Amino acid sequence: MNVNQSAPPVPPFGQPQPVYPGYHQSSYGGQPASTAAPTPYGAYNGPVPGYQQTPPPGVSRAPASSGAPPTSTAQGPCGQTAYGQFGQGDVQNGPSSGVQMQRLPGSQPFASAPLAPVVSQPAVLQPYGPPPTSAQVTAQLAGMQISGAVAPAPPTSGLGYGPPTSLASASGSFPNSGLYGSYPQGQAPPLGQGHPGAQLPPRSVPPQASSFTPSVSGGPRMPSMTGPLLPGQSFGGPPVSQPNHVSSPPPQALPPGTQMTGPPGPPPPMHSAQQPGYQLQQNGSFGPARGPQSNYGSPYPGAATFGSQPGPPQPLPPKRLDPDAIPSPIQVIEDDRNNRGSEPFVTGLRGQVPPLVTTNFLVKDQGNASPRYIRCTSYNIPCTSDMAKQAQVPLAAVIKPLARLPPEEASPYVVDHGESGPLRCNRCKAYMCPFMQFVEGGRRFQCCFCSCINDVPPQYFQHLDHTGKRVDAYDRPELSLGSYEFLATVDYCKNNKFPVPPAFIFMIDVSYNAVRSGLVRLLCEELKSLLDFLPREGGAEESAIRVGFVTYNKVLHFYNVKSSLAQPQMMVVSDVGDMFVPLLDGFLVNVNESRAVITSLLDQIPEMFADTRETETVFAPVIQAGMEALKAAECAGKLFLFHTSLPIAEAPGKLKNRDDRKLINTDKEKTLFQPQSGAYQTLAKECVAQGCCVDLFLFPNQYVDVATLSVVPQLTGGSVYKYACFQVENDQERFLSDLRRDVQKVVGFDAVMRVRTSTGIRAVDFFGAFYMSNTTDVELAGLDGDKTVTVEFKHDDRLNEENGALLQCALLYTSCAGQRRLRIHNLALNCCTQLADLYRNCETDTLINYMAKFAYRGVLSSPVKTVRDTLITQCAQILACYRKNCASPSSAGQLILPECMKLLPVYLNCVLKSEVLQPGAEVTTDDRAYVRQLVTSMDVAETNVFFYPRLLPLTKSPIENTTEPPAVRASEERLSNGDIYLLENGLNLFLWVGASVQQGVVQSLFGVSSFSQITSGLSVLPVLDNLLSKKVRGLIDSLRAQRSRYMKLIVVKQEDKLEMLFKHFLVEDKSLSGGASYVDFLCHMHKEIRQLLS
Amino acid sequence: MATYLEFIQQNEERDGVRFSWNVWPSSRLEATRMVVPLACLLTPLKERPDLPPVQYEPVLCSRPTCKAILNPLCQVDYRAKLWACNFCFQRNQFPPAYAGISEVNQPAELMPQFSTIEYVVQRGAPSPLIFLYVVDTCLEEDDLQALKESLQMSLSLLPPDALVGLITFGRMVQVHELSCEGISKSYVFRGTKDLTAKQIQDMLGLTKPAMPVQPVRPAQPQERPSVSSRFLQPIHKIDMNLTDLLGELQRDPWPVPQGKRPLRSTGVALSIAVGLLEGTFPNTGARIMLFTGGPPTQGPGMVVGDELKVPIRSWHDIEKDNARFMKKATKHYEMLANRTAANGHCIDIYACALDQTGLLEMKCCPNLTGGYMVMGDSFNTSLFKQTFQRIFSKDFNGNFRMAFGATLEVKTSRELKVAGAIGPCVSLNVKGPCVSENELGVGGTSQWKICGLDPTNTLGIYFEVVNQHNAPIPQGGRGAIQFVTHYQHSSTQRRIRVTTVARNWADVQSQLKHIEAAFDQEAAAVLMARLGVFRAESEEGPDVLRWLDRQLIRLCQKFGQYNKEDPVSFRLSDSFSLYPQFMFHLRRSPFLQVFNNSPDESSYYRHHFARQDLTQSLIMIQPILYSYSFHGPPEPVLLDSSSILADRILLMDTFFQIVIYLGETIAQWRKAGYQDMPEYENFKHLLQAPLDDAQEILQARFPMPRYIHTEHGGSQARFLLSKVNPSQTHNNLYAWGQETGAPILTDDVSLQVFMDHLKKLAVSSAC
Repeated sequence: MNVNQSAPPVPPFGQPQPVYPGYHQSSYGGQPASTAAPTPYGAYNGPVPGYQQTPPPGVSRAPASSGAPPTSTAQGPCGQTAYGQFGQGDVQNGPSSGVQMQRLPGSQPFASAPLAPVVSQPAVLQPYGPPPTSAQVTAQLAGMQISGAVAPAPPTSGLGYGPPTSLASASGSFPNSGLYGSYPQGQAPPLGQGHPGAQLPPRSVPPQASSFTPSVSGGPRMPSMTGPLLPGQSFGGPPVSQPNHVSSPPPQALPPGTQMTGPPGPPPPMHSAQQPGYQLQQNGSFGPARGPQSNYGSPYPGAATFGSQPGPPQPLPPKRLDPDAIPSPIQVIEDDRNNRGSEPFVTGLRGQVPPLVTTNFLVKDQGNASPRYIRCTSYNIPCTSDMAKQAQVPLAAVIKPLARLPPEEASPYVVDHGESGPLRCNRCKAYMCPFMQFVEGGRRFQCCFCSCINDVPPQYFQHLDHTGKRVDAYDRPELSLGSYEFLATVDYCKNNKFPVPPAFIFMIDVSYNAVRSGLVRLLCEELKSLLDFLPREGGAEESAIRVGFVTYNKVLHFYNVKSSLAQPQMMVVSDVGDMFVPLLDGFLVNVNESRAVITSLLDQIPEMFADTRETETVFAPVIQAGMEALKAAECAGKLFLFHTSLPIAEAPGKLKNRDDRKLINTDKEKTLFQPQSGAYQTLAKECVAQGCCVDLFLFPNQYVDVATLSVVPQLTGGSVYKYACFQVENDQERFLSDLRRDVQKVVGFDAVMRVRTSTGIRAVDFFGAFYMSNTTDVELAGLDGDKTVTVEFKHDDRLNEENGALLQCALLYTSCAGQRRLRIHNLALNCCTQLADLYRNCETDTLINYMAKFAYRGVLSSPVKTVRDTLITQCAQILACYRKNCASPSSAGQLILPECMKLLPVYLNCVLKSEVLQPGAEVTTDDRAYVRQLVTSMDVAETNVFFYPRLLPLTKSPIENTTEPPAVRASEERLSNGDIYLLENGLNLFLWVGASVQQGVVQSLFGVSSFSQITSGLSVLPVLDNLLSKKVRGLIDSLRAQRSRYMKLIVVKQEDKLEMLFKHFLVEDKSLSGGASYVDFLCHMHKEIRQLLS
Repeated sequence: MATYLEFIQQNEERDGVRFSWNVWPSSRLEATRMVVPLACLLTPLKERPDLPPVQYEPVLCSRPTCKAILNPLCQVDYRAKLWACNFCFQRNQFPPAYAGISEVNQPAELMPQFSTIEYVVQRGAPSPLIFLYVVDTCLEEDDLQALKESLQMSLSLLPPDALVGLITFGRMVQVHELSCEGISKSYVFRGTKDLTAKQIQDMLGLTKPAMPVQPVRPAQPQERPSVSSRFLQPIHKIDMNLTDLLGELQRDPWPVPQGKRPLRSTGVALSIAVGLLEGTFPNTGARIMLFTGGPPTQGPGMVVGDELKVPIRSWHDIEKDNARFMKKATKHYEMLANRTAANGHCIDIYACALDQTGLLEMKCCPNLTGGYMVMGDSFNTSLFKQTFQRIFSKDFNGNFRMAFGATLEVKTSRELKVAGAIGPCVSLNVKGPCVSENELGVGGTSQWKICGLDPTNTLGIYFEVVNQHNAPIPQGGRGAIQFVTHYQHSSTQRRIRVTTVARNWADVQSQLKHIEAAFDQEAAAVLMARLGVFRAESEEGPDVLRWLDRQLIRLCQKFGQYNKEDPVSFRLSDSFSLYPQFMFHLRRSPFLQVFNNSPDESSYYRHHFARQDLTQSLIMIQPILYSYSFHGPPEPVLLDSSSILADRILLMDTFFQIVIYLGETIAQWRKAGYQDMPEYENFKHLLQAPLDDAQEILQARFPMPRYIHTEHGGSQARFLLSKVNPSQTHNNLYAWGQETGAPILTDDVSLQVFMDHLKKLAVSSAC
C-alpha cells in the first residue's frame, strides 16, 4: 500500500506511521467524507490534541478564510489580508496548517480524505453533467449570502469539478433543500446521517489513519445525492468554489471580508459554505474550514448553523476536499530534499530510485549512469509483459547523454583503445561495460545483453580475482563506471575519414522588421564579442570551430571574410529556388585569423541594410544554404538562424498564413501542429545526413507558423527560441542571454544514439529532437547538454529477477574540436514479479515527462480531446491497478494512491491544462506549437517545473535568511496580499506583488513609495542598495542560472490586468480556459478509478 | 583597263563599295551566265575624314514601300520644288526647309561627290556606351594578373560617361554591384543552371528599377545613378572602385581535383550578361566582352566535360559525330546571340588558352552581333594586350572606332533585287519589293542588323538581276543601289549614312567586252570566297571545294579564249588573270581546309574572313611574301617555294601571322654573329629591315597577328612552308634546279598542276 511504501520514506512526517495504517483503510474505507475530513485533522492533530485546540484558531481562520473566499472572487490577497487580520496566525496558519496538511498528505493520501468525499459522491460526476446547472447554482448562490458575488463565477466554473467538491460538503445543506427539494430530502437525510456517522467513526479512528477516512465519508452520501444533489449542493459549494477561483466576484468578496472579520464566531460557517472552494484551496481558509469540518462534531453544529443561516432546514455544512489534505507537490519536494539532499547518491546498486530532480544531490558513479544522464519511470521493471500491461505504467527512460554535471562531479573519462577501437560484443555490438561477465579465467566474456560468449582480445586480457572480477576492473572506466567515453576509430567516421572541426554559421534576417526592431544591430554588436566564446574542448587555447555569416531577406547574402581581404565581400544569391553556396574559401574562417574582417563585416551589416524596405523573407533556402555550405566544407556544424516573419517570398518552403483559431477543439486542430508542407522534413533529412544542426531564433510580430518553421530545428536536434514582438529595450537581455548560452554551450555533432537493452525488453519508441531513419538509431545532427531523449521500452520476452534489466545508451558523436567519440551510459534496473515492487520504485516526475511528450506528440495525429482522454484513462488505469493489486482492501469510496505516484494526478492535471492541450483565449497557435516542440526535448527537471511552476514567497522569511525560501503551492489561495511572490516555470518569471504589501517593502524593492506607483509589467528591478532588493535580485539571478533559458521577469500587481496572465500559472486552481482545479481533478480521477474498479 | 581600275579605286574610296561587276548584264539570264554573281563588298562605316556629317535629317521618298533617301541620282525640279525618286519614280515635294534650293544652291545630298553622306539624327536621347566585362577567373595566376592589368588599363581608355559592368565567372557566376562602398557586393548564380531573362532580372532585382528606365528620358547628358542599374555605372564614378575590385579578383577558389578541368560556367555567364543588358538597356549600344581562358565545362553551353582525359572535340570527332556537347552548346549560344542581336548589343570573345576554348560553339555570338573574336595563347602575351588596347583606339576626331546597333538597309532599282548578305549581321526579316526569292548568304530581307560595327567591317552583299531577257534596259540606263546605315556613333549620336551608287547596264550579247573589262577580280574572288566559306560553315568541305572548282571552270569557259580541246591555247584577259590563282590559294586556305586546324581555329579564321575589307581578305586568301636581300630593295615575290632561298630573308603576312624567315645562309651568318661586327653593319641592317616592316604591319592590324621569327630549319618555318605554293616537293625535287627554292614535303598539288588541270577542263567540251 501506499502506506507501506510511503511509510518508509516518509517517516519523517512523524505521525504518519500511525496515520498511515489508519488512513489507508480508514480513510477510504468508509468514512463519510465529511467525517473524514475532520478526522484527518484529527489524525494530524491526532497526534495532537492540538488539533482540537486548533479548532479555535481554525475557526477564527475559517472565518477569515471564508471571508477571504467570499471576497473571493479570487482575490487571494484580500483573503489573506483578511486572514492576516483574523488570525494573526493566518499566515502562519496557512503555512502551519499547510504543513500539517502536507504531512498528512505525505503520509496518506492526504487528500484521500477530501477526495474521498468528493469522489465518493458520484455527485461529483454528476456535477459534470450538471454544469449546465450552473444556472441553478447561481440561483442557489443567489440564495446564498454570497449570491451576487457568486453568480458570475458559476458559469466559468462550468466544469463539474468545482461544484462537486463543494457540493460534497455543502450539498445537503442548502441548495438541495430549495431546488431539489425531493432529492435533498432523501439525500439529505442520508447525508446527514452519513456525515455524522462517518464523522464519528473516523474520529474514533483518528489515532490510526483516520484522517483520510473522512473523505470517504462523502462517498456514501453522495450516492444518494447523485446528480441533482450536487448541483443543488453546489449552491453552497460549487458556486463558491468556482466563483472564487475563476471569476471575480471580488467586489462582493470584499464585503465578505468584512464579514470575515466579524465572522470568527458564526459567520465562519457561512463562509465555509460559500467558500468551500476557497477554503479548500486557500491555506488560510483551510485551517478554518477544517476547523469546522474536522471538528465535525462541532462543525456539525456549525453546519446546523449554516443551515440555519441559509435558512434551509437541512444544515449540512458543505464539505469539500481539503486542499491541504491532498498530496502537495511542495511537501513531497521538501521532504525529498530533506531526506536525500545531504547524502551523495551512489550508483552502485541495481534499481535504486534516485532523489527527485528538485533535490540537490551529488552522484557517485559506481557502475551505473548518473540520474543526470538517465532517469527511468520505474527502477523495477515487471518481469512479464502481462504485468506491464496490467500496470499500464509506461516503461521509459529519459536520457540526456551530454548532460552538464555540477563542478563537483567529474565528466566521463575518455578511454582510448587505440587502433582496435572499443571492445564490443560480437553479436549485439554492445560496448564493454561493468556488467559484462568475464569467464574462463578472463579469456572470454559473456555479453550481459545478449549472453553471447566473446573472446577477449589478447591485448585486453587480464586475470580474474577470486570473485571472478578482473584485477584491473578499477583501473578501467569501462569496467567500473556507469558512464565513460571511447575514442572512436576511423571506422566510426563518415566516409571513413576523421571529421573536420565543425562550423557555426550565423544566418541573419535583414528584412525590414528585423532592422527596424533593432535586432540586426544588436545581434551584430553582440556577435563581435561572442565569437570569442565559441565552445572549445578541454584546455584548448582557442576554439576549433570555424564561423561563417549569411544575411538574407528574400535573397541570401553570403560573406567572404577571408583573412587576407581588406574588406569583406558580399555575395548575393537570389536563386532561392535552387540554393547553392557561392563560395568555399573564405566563407568559413577561424575567428582569430579573420577577426578584422569579421569585425568590419559586423560593423557594416546594420548600415548596409539600414534603409531596407524588403519585408518578404525566405526560410527553407536559408537552411538549405547553410547545409550546402557545410556539405561543401565537408564538416558538421550548426546554423544559428535569426528570423522574423512568415516566409512568404516565392521560394521553396514558402508558407501561407493558416492560423485559424476556429479549428481549436475540432478534429482538425491537429493540423495546427503539423507542418504545412513536407518540404521541411525533406530538408531536415538532408541536414541530418550532413550533420547540420539548426538553432532558430524567432522574432515574430505576428503568426510565423512555428509548427512548420520548427520542423528542421526539431529534427536536427536544434533549439527554437521565440521572442514575440521583440523590442530591443525590453527583450535585449533575454535574447542576448539565450544567445550567449546557446553559442557557448558544448555541442556534439553528427551524432547517432543507440539504446541497447538486455534480452526481454526493447526500446520501441523515442521522443525528442532528432531524426530516425530506421527504428533503432536516433540520429542527431547536433546534440547539446540540454537536449533529452525519452525512450520507451516494451517487453518482447520475459525478464528475470536475478539478472534484472540492463540499458546501455551509446552515443557516437563528433566533439566540438572535431574528435569522434562514443559516450556510453549503462544502467541496471531491477525486475519484479510483484506489482507492488513496481509501484514502489516509480518516479512520477519521469512518468510525467514521458506522458507529456507522448501527449504532445499525440496532438499531431489525434484530436486534442482524444489525447487528453487517453492521458486520463492511462493515469486512472495505473492507479486503479495499484488499488486493485497493491492496496490493502478498503472501501471503494476511498482514493488510494501509491506513495511514489501520489503527485501523479496533480501533475497530470497540469499537463492537461497546459496550453497545448487546453489553450486559453490568449494563447496563440504559435505559442502552442512552440511549447509543444520545446517540451519534446525537455528533461525531467524542466518538465517538472514547467508543468508545476515554483511559487516562492519572498517576504515571509526574514530578510537575513539568504537561502531560497520554501515554495508554496501554485494556487491563488496561497497568495497573501501582503506579500510578494516569485513564480517561475523555466520559461517565465513573475514577481507578484500583493496589494497590501508594506510600503517599506515596496520602497526597498521598487524604489517607489507606494503600491500604485509600481509600474505593472516592469521587467527589471531597480538596483537598490538594501538587503531585500539584493536578496530578491540575487534570487532571480540564481533562478535564471538554474534554467537553460533566460526567464524574463514580469512584475505583476495584484488586481492588475497582467494578473490574468499570472494566474494561468497557478496550476492548482481552475484555469480560465476550463482546466480543472487540482481538487476537482482529483475527484474526477477518483471517479474514473472507481469506474475501472467496478 | 586602267580607267576601270581607277574607277574602282575611286569608288571604293568614296563609297566603300566594290562590285564584282562594274557594268551589269541587263537580264537575269545573262547575269546567271556570268558565273560570278553581281555582288558588292560594302564597308558601311568606311572612314571618310573628308566627309563631315550634316546636322539634319535625310529627306525620304514619300512612298511608304520605298522611303528611299534623296540622293544625287534623283531628278530634281528646282522650280516646282519637286524631286523624283530614282528607285520608285515617285515625285516628292521638298520639305519646307528646302524652300531655298536651286541649281546653284543645292543641298549636299544632291551633289555628286556626296554619293555617300552622313546625317546626324537629333531626335532621341543619346545613350551612353556600355561595356560589360565578363571575366573568366579559372585562369593561371599570371594569366589572371595580366588580364586584370589589361582590364584596369582599359578603364582609362573609356569615355568617362561610359557605363561599365563586371561579371566574373568560374564555377559560379558573379555579377558585381559597382556602386557600393565598403563591402564589395556581388550577385552569385549557379553555373549549371540556365535562366530566362526574366529570372535573371528578378534575381538581380532589376524588375522594379527597370521600369523607370524603359521610357528613355530625353536628353539628359548627365547620367543619373538612379536611372542606371547598380551593375552598370558611369566609369567616372566608380573608376577607383572598379580598379580595386579588379585588383582583388581572385582565381576561382573552388578546388580543381587532379585530372579535372576547372568548372567554367561560360554559358551561364554570357546568358546573365545578355539578360542583364536586355533588362536594363535594350536597344542601346553595348558591348559584352567575354574574356575566357578555357572551354566551358559545365552548365548550358558546356563544350567539354571536366575530365581531362576526355579531350575537347576535334574535326575528326565532329565528322564522326562524336562531339557530344557541340550541338546543344551551339544552340545555346545561338539563342543568346540572337537575343543579343535583337537588343542591339554585341558580344566580343577574347579567348586565350593553349587548347581550344569552344570558339566553334560560341562563334555565333560575335558573328551574329558584330563582336570581335580574338584568339591567343595567353592573356599574358602582347598579342592579347595590344589587340585589346586597339579596340579602344580612336579616330581623328577622338571617337572610338566602333559603332553600335546599326541597321543596314538596301534599296535597289527595279531591275535588281537583293539576295542576301554575308558578314557580321543578322537578318531583320524585312520583306520588301527589292528582296529576291533566291538567297545568297543571309537573305530574305532587305535589312540587316549589325550590332557592332567598325570602320573596316565589310559585308558582302549579293544581288540578283531580275530584268527579263526580252525587256532590255534602254541603252545608257543605269541601275542604282542605295545603302542606308542607321547606327549609334561612338559619340552616342544616332547617325545615318547613305550611300547611293549606280552602274551601267550592258547587253551581254553586244557588250561582253565592256562587262569583261569591268570585272573586278579581287572583289569577285573575295565575294566568291565569302560564299564558299558561308557554305562551308554549313556544309561538308569537299562539296564546297567542288562547287568552287566548278564555278571557276565555268568562269574560265565563259571568259577564256581558247580552242576547244586545246589546253595550250587557253588565255584569260587581264581582268581575269589573277582570279584562278586566288581560287587556288583559297582552296588551300584555312577557311576551307580544316586539316591541321582545330575547330576553334577554323571558326576564328572564318570569323575574320567574313568581316574584313577587301585588301585584308585578299591577304588572307593569298598571303603576301616579301623578300629581302643584298641584291636590291625588298620586293614582293611569288608565294612559291621557289622564293625560299638561302640568301634571302622572307617576310610573309597571312593576316593572322607575320612570319620572318631567314634563309639558310642568312641564318648561319646571324649565328656567327656577323651582325654584331661593325664591318658587317649592312648585314645588321638587312636583318633589321623586315623587322621594321613587320612592326609597321603589327601596328595597324586588328587583331594583332601572331608574330613569328624563324629561320631555315626552324620548327616555326612550317607557317611559311604550309602557305607557299608547293612548286617543289619531294616528288618533283629533282626536276628543278637544286639551287632554287626549298622543297616542301607535301602531296598537295602545286599551282602549276592546278592551272594545267584547269585549262584542260576549261577547254574540254565535256562540261
